[in-house]
Amino acid sequence: MLEIKHLNYSVVEDGNTIDILKDINLKIDDKELVVITGQNGSGKSTLAKILMGIIPATSGKIFLNGKDITDLSITDRARLGIAYAFQQPTVFKGLTVKDLIDIATGDTNTVASACDYLSRVGLCAREYINREVNSKLSGGELKRIELALLLARGAELNICDEPEAGIDLWSFDALVNLFQNEKRTFVVISHQRKLIEIASKVILMEKGKIKKVGTFGQMSECMQPLACDKLEGV
Amino acid sequence: MESKTLTEQEKSLLQKISDLHEIPQVGVFNIRRNGKLMARNVDNEINIVSKKDKDGIDIIVKDNTKNKSVHIPVLLSQEGFEDMVYNDFYIGDNCDVLIVAGCGIHNASAKKSRHNGIHSFHIGNNSHVKYVERHLGTGKNKAKRILDPVTSVEIKKNSIFEMETVQLSGVSSAKRITKAVVGEGSSLIINEKILTENSAHATTNFEVVLAGDNSKVDVVSHAVAKDKSKQNFVSKVIGKAKCFGHVECDGILCEQAQISSTPQIIAQNRDASLVHEAAIGKISQDQQNKLMTMGLTAQEAEKAIINGFLK
Ligand SMILES: Nc1ncnc2c1ncn2[C@@H]1O[C@H](COP(=O)(O)OP(=O)(O)OP(=O)(O)O)[C@@H](O)[C@H]1O
Ligand SMILES: [Mg+2]
Repeated sequence: MLEIKHLNYSVVEDGNTIDILKDINLKIDDKELVVITGQNGSGKSTLAKILMGIIPATSGKIFLNGKDITDLSITDRARLGIAYAFQQPTVFKGLTVKDLIDIATGDTNTVASACDYLSRVGLCAREYINREVNSKLSGGELKRIELALLLARGAELNICDEPEAGIDLWSFDALVNLFQNEKRTFVVISHQRKLIEIASKVILMEKGKIKKVGTFGQMSECMQPLACDKLEGV
Repeated sequence: MESKTLTEQEKSLLQKISDLHEIPQVGVFNIRRNGKLMARNVDNEINIVSKKDKDGIDIIVKDNTKNKSVHIPVLLSQEGFEDMVYNDFYIGDNCDVLIVAGCGIHNASAKKSRHNGIHSFHIGNNSHVKYVERHLGTGKNKAKRILDPVTSVEIKKNSIFEMETVQLSGVSSAKRITKAVVGEGSSLIINEKILTENSAHATTNFEVVLAGDNSKVDVVSHAVAKDKSKQNFVSKVIGKAKCFGHVECDGILCEQAQISSTPQIIAQNRDASLVHEAAIGKISQDQQNKLMTMGLTAQEAEKAIINGFLK
């Protein structure tokens, strides 16, 4: 279980303090599929990065299965079972898809086992396994590889920042199935109505705060302006 | 009498620079140790002859020689030895060959060890040559191990010359000069990987003339400078015809190291298209973070990034 208590994040720019996250409180149970949604700039990615330890909280506490992880490094959190798929996947020079899968699983994979992760995200594995993870790959390919690495981690708590971005419509259903079938906890940042509908819990963020938490049904009222404005129906 | 066998140390150097585990039983090769010929084998397509007027060899590859390789490693294991060698390669028409050269120096003494290899390539028409050159030094950090390779390449028509130069650890000073003239329809592809550590210096100087129409050059240099080492990358591409040139210098800086990159592109024909890209900086925080989210420590992540970059 993940618990966030009174989490705040602010930055100082030109002598002015900007509050980016304000008093975030949240509980995520094991094996939940939680979708965080909200307008661009509402603080979703910032919250996710703080959970992974990529940026430090200004104040507040984070607990994983009762253990205070607020001051732990990215590495320590990864080893405790948190995995992360970035909104903008990182590119490398020289490291191949296979190299990264090996790092993700912590040992040397056979071609068959490495390919398995790629097939599950709809990549024709043999074409990709020895490709360098560099900017020559398309945006959608990079997003899929990012997801394959997340699967390869096999973590208990998986944070995915806009996994649907760049994924073509035909593959989107497969992506939805993927989150439903994995019996692990997923915290998915998304603007996609379909994902929001199947979530066990939807967290709506607005201007650095959690505006509402509930199921899609419970949220439909405050989702209305979003539904026409910000959500792309699938 | 000169020993005809390799010491364990020499074997390890040989393996790292040429992938040979021992003196081979078959294939075409020439192994030079401490300034002397140690072993050679030729066949009816590729001949190797010692020069009469100076130290070095001529490697002659007949027309239509395909899918053949030549290994010409140089070992310097005698401390304080200074070696200078001239190698000329004559590659005929319609060939497809792999040439693996390289120099391994072991020196742990106060004396300096040095190898200067002057390599000239004369490449015919419609041939494909891949040339791999690996440089490596072993022994105590402070010992001087110096490598100053000069490579000059002349490519006739419709040929491809691929050069892969790798300088991994242990070379304290290196000055590399590479000059090429690329003829009509021919391509020169250079991949350079250099790692410097401690107080090492490495200078790389490329000068490529694109002389014929539809000639091409593509230089990609990946440099990692650690500790207090310094690297200097200078490249000059002259386009005299309808041609395409691309030079990319990418550097990763660690600790107090320094890298400088000086591009020069000179177009002397209105159909010449020349590009130079250079990026130098410390290890990418995003890359490091990504690997840490997959369980590596910051140090392990740095190592994986650098190993990949130099692979
Ligand atoms: N270091 C920083 N300095 C200044 N502003 C920042 C910093 N980090 C984040 N912000 C601001 O905080 C806000 C939240 O950013 P965040 O990336 O978390 O948004 P998001 O909800 O993920 O948006 P999107 O849907 O576009 O991905 C934005 O307005 C952003 O500009
Ligand atoms: Mg975001």
